[in-house]
Amino acid sequence: MYNIESKNVDFFYGASQALKNINIAIKPNTVTALIGPSGCGKSTYLRLFNRMNDLIDNTKISGQVLIDGEDIYAKGVNVDSLRKKVGMVFQKPNPFPKTIFENVAYGLRVNGITDKKFIEERVETTIKQVVLWDEVKDKLKKSAFELSGGQQQRLCIARALAIQPSVVLMDEPTSALDPISTAKVEELIYELKTKYTIVIVTHNMQQAGRVSDTTAFFYMGELIEHDTTKTIFTNPKIERTQNYITGRFG
Amino acid sequence: MKTFYKKFSEKFIEGLLMLSGTITSLTVVLIVFFLFKEGLGVFDKKPVEEGYVIALSKSNPLKTLSSEQIKNIYDQKITHWSEIGGKPDSIILFRAEDISNFYSDEEIGENFEGLSTCINRLVDSLPDIIAFFPKKYLAKDFKGHELTVDKVSLKEFFGGKEWFPTAQPSAQLGVLPLILGTLWVSLGAILLALPLGLAAAIFMSEIAKDNVRRIMKPLIELLAGIPSVVYGFFGLVIIVPLIQKTFNLPVGETGLAGSIILGIMALPTIITISEDAMRNTPRAMKEASLALGASKWQTIYKVVIPYSISGISAGAILGIGRAIGETMAVLMVTGNAAVIPHSILEPVRTIPATIAAELGEAPNGGLHYQALFALGCILFLITLFINLAVEFISNRKQHNKH
Amino acid sequence: MELVDENKLAKNKKRNQAIAFWIFRILSYAVVAILFVILSFIIIKGFSVISWDFITKMPEEGMTKGGIFPAIIGTLCLVGGSMLFAFPVGVFAAIYMNEYVKAGIIKKIIKQMTNNLAGIPSIVFGLFGMSLFVNKLGFGDSLLAGSLTLGLLALPVVIRITEEALKSVDNTFRQASLGLGASKWETTRRVVLPIAFPNIITGLILSIGRVSGETAPILFTVAAYFLPKLPTSIFDQAMALPYHLYVISTSGTNIEESRPIAYGTALVLIFIVLIANLLANGLRKYFGKKVKMN
Ligand SMILES: Nc1ncnc2c1ncn2[C@@H]1O[C@H](COP(=O)(O)OP(=O)(O)OP(=O)(O)O)[C@@H](O)[C@H]1O
Ligand SMILES: [Mg+2]
Repeated sequence: MYNIESKNVDFFYGASQALKNINIAIKPNTVTALIGPSGCGKSTYLRLFNRMNDLIDNTKISGQVLIDGEDIYAKGVNVDSLRKKVGMVFQKPNPFPKTIFENVAYGLRVNGITDKKFIEERVETTIKQVVLWDEVKDKLKKSAFELSGGQQQRLCIARALAIQPSVVLMDEPTSALDPISTAKVEELIYELKTKYTIVIVTHNMQQAGRVSDTTAFFYMGELIEHDTTKTIFTNPKIERTQNYITGRFG
Repeated sequence: MKTFYKKFSEKFIEGLLMLSGTITSLTVVLIVFFLFKEGLGVFDKKPVEEGYVIALSKSNPLKTLSSEQIKNIYDQKITHWSEIGGKPDSIILFRAEDISNFYSDEEIGENFEGLSTCINRLVDSLPDIIAFFPKKYLAKDFKGHELTVDKVSLKEFFGGKEWFPTAQPSAQLGVLPLILGTLWVSLGAILLALPLGLAAAIFMSEIAKDNVRRIMKPLIELLAGIPSVVYGFFGLVIIVPLIQKTFNLPVGETGLAGSIILGIMALPTIITISEDAMRNTPRAMKEASLALGASKWQTIYKVVIPYSISGISAGAILGIGRAIGETMAVLMVTGNAAVIPHSILEPVRTIPATIAAELGEAPNGGLHYQALFALGCILFLITLFINLAVEFISNRKQHNKH
Repeated sequence: MELVDENKLAKNKKRNQAIAFWIFRILSYAVVAILFVILSFIIIKGFSVISWDFITKMPEEGMTKGGIFPAIIGTLCLVGGSMLFAFPVGVFAAIYMNEYVKAGIIKKIIKQMTNNLAGIPSIVFGLFGMSLFVNKLGFGDSLLAGSLTLGLLALPVVIRITEEALKSVDNTFRQASLGLGASKWETTRRVVLPIAFPNIITGLILSIGRVSGETAPILFTVAAYFLPKLPTSIFDQAMALPYHLYVISTSGTNIEESRPIAYGTALVLIFIVLIANLLANGLRKYFGKKVKMN
């Protein structure tokens, strides 16, 4: 049983094709890293899973994307519920102009939850989950902008986890962070996979090696190779993958 | 030689540029100087017209009266000396032109030769008289005593409830009704403009398709470009009669008419500034909200508006500032009654409208003239304050971003 | 999460959004409608009044008949005069601020003062112009006094637009020119100004539209109620379109009879603003394309 599957996916920005016939299957509770040179379509692919590309005019998708066996591009799919199930963490920390507490509670509130006690409990457990509780427990009512970049990013992860998605998408989540914050986030990702399926885009080969179970290598809109991370890094079947990993191009 | 020439012209041009650069600062300084020099002159003047005196009988113990008391006496709102701390007798009013009620033409004389003697005798004979007449008819051996009138005081100026700068014998310079009128009309304007303006800004920045926005944007600019007299004229021929009919009023020139026109005029400011602020919301922030399952509308009111709130408030405050300083349109539609308004369906008068309406008739350098400059000072200070407030708010926003 | 009925929630969200968006849409169209009501009212009412005679004839019979020629000429003189002052000074000031002065206290002060000047209400400019130009400097009610007052009013606008135009010029152009040994002024004149020129011109046109409609600053510095002759020197009084509109629609004994003249005058004023806006937008597009092609 796969958590995420994409079958023959093509994607177009206007007339230009950004993804060509992508087939991937991802098991539950794994971390999948998407790697490849800039502009190869990693972000585009990642954003298909929560239909974020719908926001861009003039785009077109063909093929199927299944999450838990359900075609998310089928007619009548409730996009809001889909996005509740598929959380997302962005490249730069982007907390809302609200308090730390309200940032984490946001997803609950917009999804119609009003029970105060429930929200308080959920916010606390989620912040604990991202190992931020000790740092912010005394300033939950302060603006989220007062946190450091690394803290903000962990808060954004908490924000995504608070509505208990089953899949978490991360687009270069550590590229704007210092090494120490990066290490903390990586550690977190490693722990989170016991509960979630994680897909992460990264330019950092070491990071991919450290956190992921499987790795997919993209090149110019095509999926070149998808295998266990160990295989990709030690024994890739395709030469282009090998070249990229060893830094011969890209 | 050539390099010297080049160097010289380079320096010359730099000097010229610098001079131009300082002109705005110089202008502001000059404006402040001229405005306040004339405006503050008010407080060095007496409200009684120069060359006139107000006199009482010798037996009357009162020495000074305020300008308001004098006015009330001549308006017969005060009829007994006891009301202002004197004898219990009723007051006898006298102006120079009343003299023929007391003396014959022969006594006064063809060219008023006998006038000073007549006034002197009259004041002497009537202990309850208050007399107002030109100073040149003050007899050398005057038997009454001249009343000292206080200079215009700050309290009188800002607290006075009546603006009647040409009143005889004592000008009334209370700016309260004008200040209230200005605030009243501007407040009404902003209450009308804010919902419309915000809605349009939200629509343009978050909802409308790009092509719709591309059409609306220049139209809003056009709205900003229409001259204020044209707005005033439109208000005069359309809004004013409409209000008169709708509310069945004696006149349609009301505070409401002013608020409507000013509201329309404030729209472009509010729309442009708040739209700009909202469009500055980072895309990633909006996407983060949508990625959590929020609808577009939830994202707008929970993320976009809070993020751009300082820009939106700056727009609203600037809109108020525009409304407060606007002259012609208000002058044409508000009816210009200098009384404290009790409802929006009454005529009101604003500070700028007062200046525009009265400066032409105020003798250069006189009390009235200076009082109008004092109004200019008030206007200047209000708008300066508003500008600084807007700057403060926008600076705080930049601080927030990092 | 089990607490919430997914379908009901989705329906609610959709409904709320639909309602909110419709309200915004309607209110936005209302704003546009207001503009169209004002414009079409004045265009329809004024159109039948406009004729060659209306534009080229003197007012007659207590301004109830005839044309508005002297007011048009007066406004042209005022616009020309004020721009003659504000344009060079404003462009120079912007060059000084953007190219010469280093960031620091002086720049801050100048910026602040320019902002303050921009926020001063036009009637205050009128007071100032009257006390400085008309009385102190003894120009009397004259085209000179009026033009200078309007020029000062337009100055912050010209400065701001020019500054924006200069700022949008990429720094590499300056560095390239300075690197070739050109002086600062040569660089500004030969490299920066030509690139910024289209935007500066666009701004100039917009501020012309602005100045031509201002009334309060000219009330006491130049405007004549009725003057059936053209100004012959800068020390003459003159009629002006906006003041003319104000006068014939509010004072005088025959407001009703002069209504048509008022509609015509309003239309001419609107026409000027419309042309200025269209021209500015057109230029913006034209130059925008040109820059992209390079
Ligand atoms: N909104 C868009 N409109 C049109 N084309 C786009 C858009 N976003 C991305 N593209 C194009 O699609 C291709 C893939 O872009 P994408 O952002 O997915 O690359 P990426 O692999 O994430 O690159 P990076 O590592 O730099 O983030 C690129 O050629 C890009 O130019
Ligand atoms: Mg990317």
